[in-house]
Amino acid sequence: MAQRSTIGQYYQTDSRIHRMDPRVKLIGTFVFIISLFVVNNYIGYVLSGVFLAILIANSRVPFRYIVRGLKAIVFLMLITVICNLFLTKGTPLVSFWKLTITYEGLDFACKMAIRLMFLIIGSSMMTLTTTPNQLTDAMESVFGPLKVFHVPVHEISMMMSIALRFIPILTEETDKIEKAQIARGADFESRNLMKRIRSMVPLLVPLFISAFRRANDLAMAMEARCYHGGEGRTKMKPLKYRKEDVASYIILAAYFVLCILIRILGSRVDLVRFL
Amino acid sequence: MGIAKMIQTLHLTHDYEVQDEEGNITDRVRAIDDVSLDVVRGSFIAVLGHNGSGKSTLAKHLNALLYPTEGQVLVDGMDTLDDSQLWNIRQEAGMVFQNPDNQIIGQVVEEDVGFGPENLGVPTDEIWNRVNEALEAVEMTAFRKKSPNRLSGGQKQRVSIAGVIAMRPKCIILDEPTAMLDPSGRAEVIRTARKLNENEGITIILITHYMEEAIYADHIFVMDRGKVAMQGTPREVFSRVDEMKALHLDVPQVTLLAHELRQKGLDIPEGILTGEELGLALTGQKEALAAAMKQGKITSWDFR
Repeated sequence: MAQRSTIGQYYQTDSRIHRMDPRVKLIGTFVFIISLFVVNNYIGYVLSGVFLAILIANSRVPFRYIVRGLKAIVFLMLITVICNLFLTKGTPLVSFWKLTITYEGLDFACKMAIRLMFLIIGSSMMTLTTTPNQLTDAMESVFGPLKVFHVPVHEISMMMSIALRFIPILTEETDKIEKAQIARGADFESRNLMKRIRSMVPLLVPLFISAFRRANDLAMAMEARCYHGGEGRTKMKPLKYRKEDVASYIILAAYFVLCILIRILGSRVDLVRFL
Repeated sequence: MGIAKMIQTLHLTHDYEVQDEEGNITDRVRAIDDVSLDVVRGSFIAVLGHNGSGKSTLAKHLNALLYPTEGQVLVDGMDTLDDSQLWNIRQEAGMVFQNPDNQIIGQVVEEDVGFGPENLGVPTDEIWNRVNEALEAVEMTAFRKKSPNRLSGGQKQRVSIAGVIAMRPKCIILDEPTAMLDPSGRAEVIRTARKLNENEGITIILITHYMEEAIYADHIFVMDRGKVAMQGTPREVFSRVDEMKALHLDVPQVTLLAHELRQKGLDIPEGILTGEELGLALTGQKEALAAAMKQGKITSWDFR
Protein backbone atom coordinates (compact mmCIF):
# COMPACT_ATOMS: atom_id res chain seq x y z
CA MET A 1 0.00 0.00 0.00
CA ALA A 2 2.76 2.37 0.99
CA GLN A 3 4.25 1.91 -2.45
CA ARG A 4 1.22 3.07 -4.33
CA SER A 5 0.62 6.54 -2.97
CA THR A 6 2.94 9.09 -1.44
CA ILE A 7 0.20 11.20 0.15
CA GLY A 8 0.86 11.82 3.81
CA GLN A 9 4.36 10.39 3.79
CA TYR A 10 7.50 12.00 5.05
CA TYR A 11 10.38 12.41 2.61
CA GLN A 12 13.64 12.47 4.53
CA THR A 13 16.19 14.99 3.35
CA ASP A 14 17.65 18.24 4.59
CA SER A 15 16.30 21.42 3.05
CA ARG A 16 15.18 24.92 3.90
CA ILE A 17 11.57 23.76 3.95
CA HIS A 18 12.37 20.74 6.14
CA ARG A 19 14.07 22.94 8.70
CA MET A 20 11.21 25.43 8.78
CA ASP A 21 9.15 25.64 11.97
CA PRO A 22 6.23 23.22 11.57
CA ARG A 23 3.77 25.92 12.62
CA VAL A 24 4.78 28.02 9.61
CA LYS A 25 4.16 25.04 7.35
CA LEU A 26 0.81 24.26 8.94
CA ILE A 27 -0.46 27.83 8.74
CA GLY A 28 1.12 28.17 5.29
CA THR A 29 -0.84 25.18 4.05
CA PHE A 30 -4.10 26.67 5.28
CA VAL A 31 -3.32 30.01 3.69
CA PHE A 32 -2.38 28.34 0.42
CA ILE A 33 -5.63 26.33 0.34
CA ILE A 34 -7.66 29.46 1.04
CA SER A 35 -5.73 31.36 -1.64
CA LEU A 36 -6.76 28.73 -4.20
CA PHE A 37 -10.38 29.66 -3.57
CA VAL A 38 -9.69 33.38 -3.45
CA VAL A 39 -8.10 33.31 -6.87
CA ASN A 40 -10.62 32.95 -9.69
CA ASN A 41 -8.72 33.68 -12.89
CA TYR A 42 -5.82 32.18 -14.79
CA ILE A 43 -3.33 34.90 -13.87
CA GLY A 44 -3.97 33.96 -10.25
CA TYR A 45 -3.38 30.30 -10.95
CA VAL A 46 -0.11 31.11 -12.67
CA LEU A 47 0.91 32.94 -9.49
CA SER A 48 -0.09 29.99 -7.30
CA GLY A 49 1.73 27.63 -9.63
CA VAL A 50 4.91 29.70 -9.48
CA PHE A 51 4.63 29.88 -5.68
CA LEU A 52 4.27 26.11 -5.50
CA ALA A 53 7.15 25.55 -7.94
CA ILE A 54 9.45 27.69 -5.79
CA LEU A 55 8.40 25.69 -2.73
CA ILE A 56 9.09 22.37 -4.42
CA ALA A 57 12.46 23.55 -5.71
CA ASN A 58 13.44 24.61 -2.19
CA SER A 59 12.22 21.41 -0.55
CA ARG A 60 14.56 19.12 -2.53
CA VAL A 61 11.76 16.58 -2.83
CA PRO A 62 11.94 15.07 -6.35
CA PHE A 63 9.06 16.32 -8.51
CA ARG A 64 8.35 12.79 -9.72
CA TYR A 65 7.84 11.69 -6.13
CA ILE A 66 5.24 14.42 -5.61
CA VAL A 67 3.38 13.61 -8.81
CA ARG A 68 3.09 10.00 -7.72
CA GLY A 69 0.94 11.26 -4.87
CA LEU A 70 -1.54 12.65 -7.39
CA LYS A 71 -2.36 9.17 -8.69
CA ALA A 72 -4.65 8.61 -5.75
CA ILE A 73 -6.94 11.44 -6.80
CA VAL A 74 -6.97 10.94 -10.58
CA PHE A 75 -10.37 9.28 -10.38
CA LEU A 76 -11.85 12.01 -8.19
CA MET A 77 -10.43 14.63 -10.54
CA LEU A 78 -11.91 12.95 -13.62
CA ILE A 79 -15.41 12.84 -12.09
CA THR A 80 -15.21 16.49 -11.07
CA VAL A 81 -14.01 17.56 -14.50
CA ILE A 82 -16.65 15.54 -16.37
CA CYS A 83 -19.48 16.76 -14.16
CA ASN A 84 -18.42 20.36 -14.50
CA LEU A 85 -17.87 19.98 -18.21
CA PHE A 86 -21.34 18.69 -19.04
CA LEU A 87 -23.59 19.98 -16.29
CA THR A 88 -22.73 23.70 -16.31
CA LYS A 89 -25.32 25.82 -18.12
CA GLY A 90 -24.27 28.69 -20.34
CA THR A 91 -23.15 29.48 -23.88
CA PRO A 92 -22.93 26.21 -25.86
CA LEU A 93 -19.52 25.44 -27.33
CA VAL A 94 -19.88 21.94 -28.75
CA SER A 95 -22.85 19.62 -28.54
CA PHE A 96 -23.34 16.01 -29.58
CA TRP A 97 -26.05 13.50 -28.76
CA LYS A 98 -27.73 14.80 -25.58
CA LEU A 99 -24.56 16.30 -24.14
CA THR A 100 -23.52 19.90 -24.44
CA ILE A 101 -20.22 21.41 -23.48
CA THR A 102 -20.59 25.05 -22.64
CA TYR A 103 -17.94 27.74 -22.64
CA GLU A 104 -18.58 28.25 -18.92
CA GLY A 105 -18.40 24.50 -18.30
CA LEU A 106 -15.00 24.22 -19.96
CA ASP A 107 -13.74 27.20 -18.03
CA PHE A 108 -15.06 25.85 -14.74
CA ALA A 109 -13.74 22.32 -15.31
CA CYS A 110 -10.25 23.61 -16.07
CA LYS A 111 -10.21 25.80 -12.98
CA MET A 112 -11.51 22.97 -10.81
CA ALA A 113 -8.85 20.58 -12.08
CA ILE A 114 -6.09 23.08 -11.40
CA ARG A 115 -7.48 23.85 -7.97
CA LEU A 116 -7.68 20.21 -6.94
CA MET A 117 -4.22 19.48 -8.25
CA PHE A 118 -2.64 22.44 -6.46
CA LEU A 119 -4.58 21.60 -3.32
CA ILE A 120 -3.21 18.07 -3.17
CA ILE A 121 0.33 19.08 -4.09
CA GLY A 122 0.24 21.96 -1.61
CA SER A 123 -0.92 19.87 1.32
CA SER A 124 1.37 16.98 0.49
CA MET A 125 4.25 19.47 0.52
CA MET A 126 3.53 19.86 4.22
CA THR A 127 3.46 16.15 5.03
CA LEU A 128 6.47 15.43 2.81
CA THR A 129 8.65 17.90 4.67
CA THR A 130 7.33 17.58 8.24
CA THR A 131 7.65 14.56 10.53
CA PRO A 132 4.37 13.43 12.11
CA ASN A 133 5.87 14.33 15.46
CA GLN A 134 6.53 17.93 14.47
CA LEU A 135 3.09 18.09 12.94
CA THR A 136 1.32 17.10 16.16
CA ASP A 137 3.46 19.61 18.08
CA ALA A 138 2.51 22.31 15.60
CA MET A 139 -1.17 21.43 15.82
CA GLU A 140 -1.11 21.61 19.60
CA SER A 141 0.51 25.02 19.39
CA VAL A 142 -1.55 26.49 16.54
CA PHE A 143 -4.90 25.24 17.84
CA GLY A 144 -3.92 26.08 21.43
CA PRO A 145 -6.28 29.08 21.63
CA LEU A 146 -9.25 26.73 21.06
CA LYS A 147 -8.80 25.57 24.65
CA VAL A 148 -10.90 28.59 25.57
CA PHE A 149 -13.83 26.82 23.88
CA HIS A 150 -13.05 23.60 25.80
CA VAL A 151 -11.54 21.85 22.80
CA PRO A 152 -9.14 19.23 24.27
CA VAL A 153 -6.23 20.34 22.07
CA HIS A 154 -3.46 18.72 24.11
CA GLU A 155 -5.33 15.44 24.44
CA ILE A 156 -6.02 15.26 20.71
CA SER A 157 -2.39 15.84 19.82
CA MET A 158 -1.26 13.30 22.44
CA MET A 159 -3.68 10.78 20.97
CA MET A 160 -2.34 11.42 17.49
CA SER A 161 1.27 10.93 18.50
CA ILE A 162 0.46 7.73 20.41
CA ALA A 163 -1.47 6.44 17.40
CA LEU A 164 1.55 7.15 15.22
CA ARG A 165 3.83 5.32 17.63
CA PHE A 166 1.61 2.24 17.63
CA ILE A 167 1.01 1.95 13.87
CA PRO A 168 4.16 -0.11 13.24
CA ILE A 169 3.56 -2.24 16.35
CA LEU A 170 -0.01 -3.05 15.37
CA THR A 171 0.99 -3.69 11.76
CA GLU A 172 3.52 -6.22 12.94
CA GLU A 173 0.92 -7.75 15.21
CA THR A 174 -1.60 -8.05 12.35
CA ASP A 175 1.04 -9.87 10.39
CA LYS A 176 1.67 -12.28 13.24
CA ILE A 177 -2.03 -12.99 13.79
CA GLU A 178 -2.53 -13.50 10.06
CA LYS A 179 0.24 -16.07 9.95
CA ALA A 180 -1.05 -17.77 13.09
CA GLN A 181 -4.54 -18.03 11.58
CA ILE A 182 -3.18 -19.30 8.25
CA ALA A 183 -1.31 -21.97 10.23
CA ARG A 184 -4.69 -22.93 11.69
CA GLY A 185 -6.22 -23.21 8.24
CA ALA A 186 -7.72 -19.75 7.72
CA ASP A 187 -8.13 -18.75 4.09
CA PHE A 188 -7.33 -15.10 3.41
CA GLU A 189 -6.90 -15.47 -0.34
CA SER A 190 -10.31 -16.64 -1.46
CA ARG A 191 -11.60 -15.01 -4.66
CA ASN A 192 -15.09 -14.93 -3.26
CA LEU A 193 -15.63 -11.44 -1.90
CA MET A 194 -18.04 -12.49 0.86
CA LYS A 195 -15.68 -15.22 2.00
CA ARG A 196 -12.86 -12.78 2.01
CA ILE A 197 -14.73 -10.28 4.13
CA ARG A 198 -15.77 -13.02 6.52
CA SER A 199 -12.16 -14.17 6.77
CA MET A 200 -11.26 -10.80 8.28
CA VAL A 201 -13.17 -11.64 11.47
CA PRO A 202 -10.58 -14.03 12.93
CA LEU A 203 -7.99 -11.39 12.13
CA LEU A 204 -9.76 -8.36 13.56
CA VAL A 205 -11.10 -9.83 16.79
CA PRO A 206 -7.70 -10.79 18.26
CA LEU A 207 -6.24 -7.55 16.94
CA PHE A 208 -8.87 -5.47 18.73
CA ILE A 209 -8.48 -7.40 21.96
CA SER A 210 -4.75 -6.92 21.84
CA ALA A 211 -5.10 -3.22 21.02
CA PHE A 212 -7.35 -2.68 24.04
CA ARG A 213 -4.94 -4.56 26.26
CA ARG A 214 -2.07 -2.42 24.99
CA ALA A 215 -4.08 0.75 25.55
CA ASN A 216 -4.75 -0.33 29.11
CA ASP A 217 -1.07 -1.06 29.77
CA LEU A 218 0.01 2.18 28.17
CA ALA A 219 -2.45 4.25 30.20
CA MET A 220 -1.07 2.70 33.36
CA ALA A 221 2.53 3.28 32.29
CA MET A 222 1.73 6.92 31.51
CA GLU A 223 0.09 7.42 34.89
CA ALA A 224 3.05 5.79 36.60
CA ARG A 225 5.21 8.42 34.93
CA CYS A 226 3.11 11.20 36.37
CA TYR A 227 1.14 12.02 33.22
CA HIS A 228 -1.82 14.17 34.18
CA GLY A 229 -2.84 16.00 31.04
CA GLY A 230 -1.33 19.08 29.48
CA GLU A 231 -1.55 21.30 32.52
CA GLY A 232 1.74 22.22 34.14
CA ARG A 233 3.61 20.23 31.53
CA THR A 234 6.89 21.50 30.11
CA LYS A 235 8.39 20.61 26.74
CA MET A 236 11.65 18.89 26.02
CA LYS A 237 11.68 20.30 22.49
CA PRO A 238 9.67 23.52 22.54
CA LEU A 239 8.93 25.14 19.17
CA LYS A 240 10.91 28.32 18.62
CA TYR A 241 10.61 30.72 15.70
CA ARG A 242 13.85 31.66 13.97
CA LYS A 243 14.57 34.56 11.62
CA GLU A 244 13.93 32.35 8.59
CA ASP A 245 10.48 31.51 9.91
CA VAL A 246 9.55 35.17 10.28
CA ALA A 247 10.76 35.77 6.73
CA SER A 248 8.60 32.87 5.57
CA TYR A 249 5.55 34.42 7.21
CA ILE A 250 6.25 37.69 5.39
CA ILE A 251 6.57 35.92 2.04
CA LEU A 252 3.36 34.05 2.76
CA ALA A 253 1.50 37.26 3.59
CA ALA A 254 2.84 38.93 0.43
CA TYR A 255 1.64 35.99 -1.65
CA PHE A 256 -1.82 36.13 -0.11
CA VAL A 257 -2.17 39.88 -0.64
CA LEU A 258 -1.11 39.40 -4.26
CA CYS A 259 -3.80 36.74 -4.69
CA ILE A 260 -6.46 39.12 -3.39
CA LEU A 261 -5.21 41.93 -5.63
CA ILE A 262 -5.31 39.67 -8.68
CA ARG A 263 -8.88 38.70 -7.87
CA ILE A 264 -10.00 42.34 -7.58
CA LEU A 265 -8.08 43.51 -10.63
CA GLY A 266 -9.09 40.41 -12.60
CA SER A 267 -12.78 41.00 -12.06
CA ARG A 268 -12.35 44.62 -13.15
CA VAL A 269 -10.71 43.47 -16.37
CA ASP A 270 -13.67 41.16 -16.97
CA LEU A 271 -16.05 44.01 -16.22
CA VAL A 272 -14.28 46.26 -18.76
CA ARG A 273 -14.55 43.57 -21.42
CA PHE A 274 -18.21 43.04 -20.61
CA LEU A 275 -18.96 46.74 -21.04
CA MET B 1 17.94 10.62 54.69
CA GLY B 2 15.02 10.83 57.04
CA ILE B 3 13.24 7.54 57.48
CA ALA B 4 15.25 4.35 57.06
CA LYS B 5 12.28 2.62 55.49
CA MET B 6 11.76 3.41 51.83
CA ILE B 7 8.49 1.56 51.65
CA GLN B 8 6.32 0.17 54.37
CA THR B 9 3.06 -1.73 54.07
CA LEU B 10 0.87 -2.12 57.15
CA HIS B 11 -1.69 -4.92 57.06
CA LEU B 12 -2.17 -4.27 53.34
CA THR B 13 -5.18 -6.05 51.91
CA HIS B 14 -6.55 -5.74 48.39
CA ASP B 15 -9.72 -7.19 46.93
CA TYR B 16 -10.49 -7.28 43.22
CA GLU B 17 -14.15 -6.85 42.48
CA VAL B 18 -15.74 -9.24 40.04
CA GLN B 19 -18.54 -7.54 38.15
CA ASP B 20 -21.34 -9.03 36.07
CA GLU B 21 -22.55 -7.47 32.80
CA GLU B 22 -24.63 -4.81 34.54
CA GLY B 23 -21.71 -3.73 36.66
CA ASN B 24 -23.01 -5.20 39.91
CA ILE B 25 -20.35 -6.60 42.16
CA THR B 26 -20.90 -10.33 42.34
CA ASP B 27 -17.74 -11.46 44.00
CA ARG B 28 -14.56 -10.28 45.59
CA VAL B 29 -11.23 -11.92 45.04
CA ARG B 30 -8.61 -11.32 47.68
CA ALA B 31 -5.34 -10.66 45.86
CA ILE B 32 -3.34 -9.44 48.83
CA ASP B 33 -4.12 -10.62 52.33
CA ASP B 34 -2.77 -8.75 55.34
CA VAL B 35 0.76 -8.08 54.12
CA SER B 36 3.09 -6.09 56.34
CA LEU B 37 6.59 -5.58 55.07
CA ASP B 38 9.40 -3.06 55.23
CA VAL B 39 11.82 -2.14 52.47
CA VAL B 40 15.07 -0.67 53.75
CA ARG B 41 16.32 2.41 51.89
CA GLY B 42 19.03 1.61 49.34
CA SER B 43 18.43 -2.12 49.38
CA PHE B 44 17.84 -4.52 46.51
CA ILE B 45 14.66 -6.48 47.10
CA ALA B 46 13.31 -9.40 45.11
CA VAL B 47 9.69 -10.48 45.24
CA LEU B 48 9.08 -14.05 44.08
CA GLY B 49 5.89 -15.95 43.56
CA HIS B 50 4.09 -17.97 40.93
CA ASN B 51 1.29 -16.59 38.76
CA GLY B 52 -1.59 -15.19 40.75
CA SER B 53 0.36 -14.99 43.99
CA GLY B 54 -0.37 -11.27 44.24
CA LYS B 55 3.12 -10.00 43.50
CA SER B 56 2.10 -7.69 40.64
CA THR B 57 -0.83 -6.37 42.64
CA LEU B 58 1.57 -5.61 45.45
CA ALA B 59 3.85 -3.76 43.00
CA LYS B 60 1.00 -1.55 41.80
CA HIS B 61 0.28 -0.50 45.38
CA LEU B 62 3.80 0.81 45.84
CA ASN B 63 3.29 3.36 43.07
CA ALA B 64 -0.29 4.33 43.98
CA LEU B 65 -1.70 2.72 40.83
CA LEU B 66 -3.90 0.62 43.10
CA TYR B 67 -5.18 1.57 46.53
CA PRO B 68 -5.50 -0.67 49.58
CA THR B 69 -8.92 -2.10 50.42
CA GLU B 70 -7.68 -2.25 53.97
CA GLY B 71 -4.43 -1.28 55.59
CA GLN B 72 -1.89 1.28 54.50
CA VAL B 73 1.08 1.74 52.17
CA LEU B 74 3.73 4.30 53.05
CA VAL B 75 6.20 5.40 50.37
CA ASP B 76 8.98 7.42 51.97
CA GLY B 77 6.54 8.21 54.74
CA MET B 78 3.76 9.35 52.39
CA ASP B 79 0.44 7.53 52.53
CA THR B 80 -0.71 6.37 49.08
CA LEU B 81 -4.30 7.18 50.05
CA ASP B 82 -3.36 10.84 50.43
CA ASP B 83 -4.29 12.33 47.05
CA SER B 84 -2.26 15.48 47.58
CA GLN B 85 0.93 13.37 47.63
CA LEU B 86 0.02 11.28 44.58
CA TRP B 87 2.48 12.86 42.13
CA ASN B 88 5.27 12.95 44.72
CA ILE B 89 4.80 9.24 45.36
CA ARG B 90 4.87 8.42 41.65
CA GLN B 91 7.96 10.56 41.15
CA GLU B 92 9.81 8.91 44.05
CA ALA B 93 8.77 5.36 43.27
CA GLY B 94 9.18 4.77 39.53
CA MET B 95 7.79 1.73 37.86
CA VAL B 96 8.94 -0.44 34.95
CA PHE B 97 6.41 -2.86 33.49
CA GLN B 98 6.58 -6.21 31.79
CA ASN B 99 5.85 -5.42 28.16
CA PRO B 100 8.52 -3.13 26.73
CA ASP B 101 6.33 -2.01 23.80
CA ASN B 102 3.39 -0.92 25.92
CA GLN B 103 5.24 1.55 28.11
CA ILE B 104 7.26 3.55 25.61
CA ILE B 105 5.36 6.68 24.63
CA GLY B 106 7.88 8.61 22.55
CA GLN B 107 8.67 7.97 18.90
CA VAL B 108 12.34 8.65 19.49
CA VAL B 109 14.33 7.19 22.39
CA GLU B 110 15.35 10.53 23.88
CA GLU B 111 11.82 11.92 23.68
CA ASP B 112 10.50 8.95 25.60
CA VAL B 113 13.08 9.42 28.34
CA GLY B 114 12.01 13.08 28.53
CA PHE B 115 8.33 12.19 28.95
CA GLY B 116 8.46 11.85 32.75
CA PRO B 117 10.35 15.10 33.41
CA GLU B 118 7.97 16.89 30.99
CA ASN B 119 5.03 15.73 33.10
CA LEU B 120 6.75 16.94 36.25
CA GLY B 121 7.08 20.41 34.74
CA VAL B 122 10.88 20.42 34.72
CA PRO B 123 12.38 23.36 32.71
CA THR B 124 13.61 22.50 29.19
CA ASP B 125 17.36 22.78 29.85
CA GLU B 126 17.06 20.62 32.94
CA ILE B 127 15.10 18.00 30.97
CA TRP B 128 18.00 17.69 28.51
CA ASN B 129 20.48 17.26 31.39
CA ARG B 130 18.36 14.58 32.95
CA VAL B 131 17.83 12.76 29.66
CA ASN B 132 21.58 12.76 28.98
CA GLU B 133 22.35 11.43 32.45
CA ALA B 134 19.62 8.79 32.36
CA LEU B 135 20.69 7.49 28.95
CA GLU B 136 24.28 7.38 30.16
CA ALA B 137 23.27 5.43 33.27
CA VAL B 138 21.64 2.68 31.20
CA GLU B 139 24.30 2.85 28.46
CA MET B 140 21.84 3.79 25.74
CA THR B 141 23.33 7.12 24.68
CA ALA B 142 24.33 5.72 21.29
CA PHE B 143 20.67 4.95 20.52
CA ARG B 144 19.16 8.28 21.56
CA LYS B 145 17.96 9.31 18.10
CA LYS B 146 16.63 5.86 17.18
CA SER B 147 13.01 4.80 17.00
CA PRO B 148 12.09 2.48 19.90
CA ASN B 149 10.63 0.05 17.37
CA ARG B 150 14.12 -0.65 16.06
CA LEU B 151 15.52 -1.77 19.44
CA SER B 152 15.82 -5.23 20.97
CA GLY B 153 13.70 -6.18 23.98
CA GLY B 154 16.54 -5.66 26.44
CA GLN B 155 17.34 -2.28 24.94
CA LYS B 156 13.68 -1.23 25.13
CA GLN B 157 13.55 -2.15 28.81
CA ARG B 158 16.70 -0.14 29.41
CA VAL B 159 15.01 2.83 27.73
CA SER B 160 12.05 2.32 30.06
CA ILE B 161 14.40 2.29 33.04
CA ALA B 162 16.04 5.48 31.75
CA GLY B 163 12.57 7.05 31.50
CA VAL B 164 12.09 6.33 35.19
CA ILE B 165 15.59 7.47 36.21
CA ALA B 166 15.04 10.81 34.49
CA MET B 167 12.36 11.50 37.09
CA ARG B 168 15.03 11.16 39.81
CA PRO B 169 13.28 8.47 41.84
CA LYS B 170 14.49 7.10 45.16
CA CYS B 171 13.09 3.71 44.38
CA ILE B 172 12.41 1.72 41.19
CA ILE B 173 9.87 -1.06 41.09
CA LEU B 174 10.45 -3.51 38.25
CA ASP B 175 7.35 -5.60 37.64
CA GLU B 176 8.60 -8.71 35.82
CA PRO B 177 10.77 -6.62 33.51
CA THR B 178 12.47 -9.68 32.01
CA ALA B 179 9.45 -11.92 31.44
CA MET B 180 9.29 -11.15 27.70
CA LEU B 181 13.02 -11.02 27.03
CA ASP B 182 15.60 -13.46 25.74
CA PRO B 183 18.47 -14.49 28.04
CA SER B 184 20.85 -11.77 26.86
CA GLY B 185 18.13 -9.14 27.25
CA ARG B 186 17.44 -10.40 30.77
CA ALA B 187 21.10 -10.12 31.69
CA GLU B 188 21.21 -6.53 30.34
CA VAL B 189 18.24 -5.47 32.46
CA ILE B 190 19.40 -7.14 35.67
CA ARG B 191 22.91 -5.75 35.25
CA THR B 192 21.44 -2.25 34.81
CA ALA B 193 19.26 -2.63 37.91
CA ARG B 194 22.19 -3.83 40.02
CA LYS B 195 24.40 -1.02 38.79
CA LEU B 196 21.81 1.60 39.71
CA ASN B 197 21.45 0.04 43.13
CA GLU B 198 25.18 -0.02 43.78
CA ASN B 199 26.27 3.22 42.14
CA GLU B 200 23.30 5.53 42.67
CA GLY B 201 21.92 4.01 45.86
CA ILE B 202 18.47 3.66 44.32
CA THR B 203 16.25 1.17 46.13
CA ILE B 204 15.30 -1.62 43.72
CA ILE B 205 12.26 -3.83 44.06
CA LEU B 206 12.48 -6.58 41.47
CA ILE B 207 9.43 -8.68 40.92
CA THR B 208 10.28 -11.81 39.01
CA HIS B 209 9.74 -15.48 38.61
CA TYR B 210 13.29 -16.18 37.51
CA MET B 211 15.07 -17.45 40.61
CA GLU B 212 18.52 -16.76 39.15
CA GLU B 213 17.74 -13.06 39.16
CA ALA B 214 16.89 -13.06 42.85
CA ILE B 215 20.24 -14.28 44.18
CA TYR B 216 21.69 -10.77 43.96
CA ALA B 217 19.06 -9.33 46.28
CA ASP B 218 19.64 -8.22 49.85
CA HIS B 219 16.30 -9.59 50.86
CA ILE B 220 13.68 -11.80 49.25
CA PHE B 221 9.94 -11.88 49.83
CA VAL B 222 8.16 -14.98 48.58
CA MET B 223 4.46 -14.42 47.95
CA ASP B 224 1.84 -17.13 47.92
CA ARG B 225 -1.91 -16.64 47.71
CA GLY B 226 -1.67 -13.00 48.70
CA LYS B 227 0.51 -13.54 51.73
CA VAL B 228 4.23 -13.34 52.36
CA ALA B 229 5.02 -17.03 52.67
CA MET B 230 8.77 -16.79 53.22
CA GLN B 231 11.34 -14.06 53.55
CA GLY B 232 15.01 -13.61 54.26
CA THR B 233 18.34 -13.31 52.49
CA PRO B 234 18.70 -15.31 49.25
CA ARG B 235 20.80 -17.85 51.12
CA GLU B 236 18.17 -18.30 53.80
CA VAL B 237 15.30 -18.57 51.37
CA PHE B 238 16.99 -20.83 48.83
CA SER B 239 18.35 -23.21 51.44
CA ARG B 240 14.75 -24.19 52.17
CA VAL B 241 14.45 -26.14 48.91
CA ASP B 242 11.54 -28.32 49.97
CA GLU B 243 9.45 -25.40 51.22
CA MET B 244 10.04 -23.58 47.92
CA LYS B 245 8.95 -26.68 46.00
CA ALA B 246 5.79 -26.84 48.10
CA LEU B 247 5.02 -23.30 46.86
CA HIS B 248 5.54 -24.48 43.25
CA LEU B 249 8.69 -22.43 42.97
CA ASP B 250 12.12 -23.48 41.83
CA VAL B 251 15.44 -22.60 43.36
CA PRO B 252 18.42 -21.59 41.20
CA GLN B 253 19.80 -24.59 39.30
CA VAL B 254 23.14 -24.50 41.13
CA THR B 255 21.35 -24.50 44.47
CA LEU B 256 19.20 -27.40 43.38
CA LEU B 257 22.22 -29.38 42.22
CA ALA B 258 24.00 -28.76 45.55
CA HIS B 259 20.86 -29.78 47.41
CA GLU B 260 20.54 -33.06 45.50
CA LEU B 261 24.23 -33.85 45.96
CA ARG B 262 23.89 -33.21 49.68
CA GLN B 263 20.95 -35.61 49.84
CA LYS B 264 23.12 -38.24 48.14
CA GLY B 265 25.52 -37.90 51.03
CA LEU B 266 28.09 -35.38 49.85
CA ASP B 267 29.41 -32.91 52.39
CA ILE B 268 27.94 -29.72 50.98
CA PRO B 269 26.19 -27.03 53.03
CA GLU B 270 22.67 -25.77 52.13
CA GLY B 271 22.27 -22.43 50.45
CA ILE B 272 24.88 -22.60 47.71
CA LEU B 273 24.02 -19.82 45.25
CA THR B 274 26.74 -19.66 42.63
CA GLY B 275 28.78 -22.06 40.58
CA GLU B 276 31.89 -20.71 42.23
CA GLU B 277 30.64 -21.70 45.67
CA LEU B 278 29.71 -25.16 44.48
CA GLY B 279 33.18 -25.52 43.03
CA LEU B 280 34.74 -24.64 46.38
CA ALA B 281 32.45 -27.11 48.16
CA LEU B 282 33.22 -29.95 45.79
CA THR B 283 36.99 -29.45 45.94
CA GLY B 284 36.84 -29.42 49.72
CA GLN B 285 38.07 -25.86 50.25
CA LYS B 286 35.94 -25.39 53.34
CA GLU B 287 37.53 -22.25 54.66
CA ALA B 288 37.25 -20.37 51.38
CA LEU B 289 33.66 -21.54 51.05
CA ALA B 290 32.75 -20.42 54.55
CA ALA B 291 34.28 -17.02 53.79
CA ALA B 292 32.38 -16.74 50.52
CA MET B 293 29.11 -17.72 52.14
CA LYS B 294 29.56 -15.35 55.05
CA GLN B 295 29.34 -12.44 52.65
CA GLY B 296 25.72 -11.49 52.73
CA LYS B 297 25.35 -10.31 49.17
CA ILE B 298 26.39 -11.88 45.92
CA THR B 299 28.69 -9.40 44.24
CA SER B 300 30.06 -11.41 41.35
CA TRP B 301 28.79 -10.46 37.91
CA ASP B 302 28.38 -13.88 36.40
CA PHE B 303 24.67 -13.56 35.69
CA ARG B 304 23.66 -15.65 32.72
